[in-house]
Amino acid sequence: MYDPTVARLTYRALLGRRRALILGALPLLLVVIAVAVRGLAGADDQTASDLLGGLALATMVPIIGVIAGTGAIGPEIDDGSVVYLLSKPVKRPTIIFTKLIVAIAVTMVFSALPTFIAGFILNGNGQQIAVAYTVAALVASIAYAALFLLLGTVSRHAVVFGLVYALVWEALFGSLVPGARTLSVQQWSLAVAERVAGGEMVTSDVGLTTATVLLALVTVLATWYAGQKLRSLTLAGEE
Amino acid sequence: MAVEQPVGTPVPQQGDQTRIHNIGYRSYDGPRLGRSYATRSLYSQSLRGAYGLGRSVKSKVLPMLLFVVMCVPAAIMVAVAVATKAKDLPVDYTRYAIIMQAVISLYVASQAPQSVSRDLRFKTVPLYFSRPIETADYVRAKFAALASALFILTAAPLLVLYVGALLAKLDFADQTKGFAQGLVSVTLLSLLFAGIGLVIASVTPRRGFGIAAVIAVMTISYGAVSTLQAIADAQSLGEEGGSGAIAWIGLFSPVTLIDGLQSAFLGATSAFPGGVGPSNGEGVVYVVAVLGLIAASYGLLLRRYKKVGL
Repeated sequence: MYDPTVARLTYRALLGRRRALILGALPLLLVVIAVAVRGLAGADDQTASDLLGGLALATMVPIIGVIAGTGAIGPEIDDGSVVYLLSKPVKRPTIIFTKLIVAIAVTMVFSALPTFIAGFILNGNGQQIAVAYTVAALVASIAYAALFLLLGTVSRHAVVFGLVYALVWEALFGSLVPGARTLSVQQWSLAVAERVAGGEMVTSDVGLTTATVLLALVTVLATWYAGQKLRSLTLAGEE
Repeated sequence: MAVEQPVGTPVPQQGDQTRIHNIGYRSYDGPRLGRSYATRSLYSQSLRGAYGLGRSVKSKVLPMLLFVVMCVPAAIMVAVAVATKAKDLPVDYTRYAIIMQAVISLYVASQAPQSVSRDLRFKTVPLYFSRPIETADYVRAKFAALASALFILTAAPLLVLYVGALLAKLDFADQTKGFAQGLVSVTLLSLLFAGIGLVIASVTPRRGFGIAAVIAVMTISYGAVSTLQAIADAQSLGEEGGSGAIAWIGLFSPVTLIDGLQSAFLGATSAFPGGVGPSNGEGVVYVVAVLGLIAASYGLLLRRYKKVGL
C-alpha cells in the first residue's frame, strides 16, 4: 500500500523551492507571536488557549492542510504529468494512500510541531494546554489532508474550495450557526483535545464518540473515493 | 532530413516569364488605435475576466457565488429594517466590509492569480509587450481592473443598503453621509487588497499556489493581529488609555488597517476589541501606511515586470 518512489516524488513536489518557504513561514510566525505574547503578557493559561485555538488550530492547520493536501496531487493533474505516474504498474489506491501519508506527515510537521513549541513557550504546558492542542492539530492534520487530497483529485479549483470550507464554513458559519459546528473537522479535533486536557480551557461542541467516528469516517471515505476518482481520471485542458 | 527534390521542369530561361505575382496584399493604412486603446482593452478584458465573463461556465461559478454571498446579507438587513420599521440600519456602511472580510479575501485570493499567474504560466506576457503597451500600462491595467472588480464587489452591497434605507424612509442626509463614507472606505480597501494580491500572485506562475499564498497573507495576518489585540485588550483592562498597543498592533494586517483608518477619519465604530479605534494622531499613521502600501505594491509590480523571462 505504500510506494517509496511515489512518496519521494511527492515530498520533493511539496517541499521543493517556494512551497517550502510558505510552509515554513507560517509556523515561524506562530512561534514568533508566541514569544512576543509571552514577553509582553507573561504566562497565562487563557491567553495560551486563545492563541492556540484561534490562530494555530482555526487558521494555521487548515491552511497548511490545504497547501499540503491539494499540493500533493493537484499540480500533477494540472500540468498533466500525472499520466506518467498513472501509466506505471502501481495501483491507483496505492498512489493515493502514499500521497495521503506524505500529506499527513507534512501537515503534522508544519502545524502540530509548531503548535507544541508555541504552547510550551506560552505557558509551559500548564493545564496540559500545549499537549491538548498538539493532539488536536495531529488529529485534524489527518482529516484535513485526506479531505483536501480528495478535493485535489475532484476539482481543478481545489485550493479555492478547500479554503472556502476551511475559512467560510468552519470560521464564518461555525461562529454564526451552531449546527455547522457539528460538521467541522476543527470541532471534532477539539473534542479529542478536550479529553486530553480534561479542564475547562479546551471545549468542543461535539461529543468524543461522535467526533472520533466522524473523523475516522471522513478520512477513510475521502481516501477511498479519491482512489476511485484516480481510477477514472479524465485529463482536461486548461479551462 | 533534407529529401532530395527531384529536379522537375527545367528552369525557364526567358527572363520575361519569371515574375513575382502580386496577389493583392496591401499594407494597413487605417487608423491605428494605439497604446491607450490597447491598455483600455486589457483593462476591460481583465475586469470581465475577474467575474468570469467571456470565460467558461466553471470559472464564472466562484466569483458570482462570492458576489451573491456579499449582497445577500445586505438584502436581508434591508428587509429586516423595512419590516420592523427600524430607525437605523442594523450595520453601518463602513462596518459591512469588515464583517465580510473573509469573503473579500477569498475573492482577491481567487481572482488575483487568475489575472496575472496565467499570463506568466502560458508565457503570454511577452506577447502583450510585443504590442504597443509598455510595462507600466500592463501593470496599471491589471491593477485598475482588479481594484475595480473589488470595488464592484464591496460597493454593491452598500448600494443595496443605501437604496433599502431610502425606501424604508430613513433620514436622507444621515444615510447619504454614511453611504459616502462607506464608499471612500471600500475604495481604499479595493486598492489596498488589489495591490497586495497582485504583488503576491505575480511572483508565481502556479495559480493554486498563488491562491494559497494570498489567502495565507490575508487571513494569517488578520488572525494574528486580532488575537494579539484581544490579548492586549485583556491585559490593559484595568488601565486608562490602554488602547495604544491595540492601535499599533492593528497596523500589521490589511483588514485592521482599513478598520483603523475609517474609525479615525470616516466616523466608523471600530471592530477592534474594546471598540476603541486609533486616535487622530495614530490615524494619520494608518493613512500613511495604507497609501504607502498601495504605492509600494504598484512600485513592486513595475519592478516585477521590468523583466519577464523574455
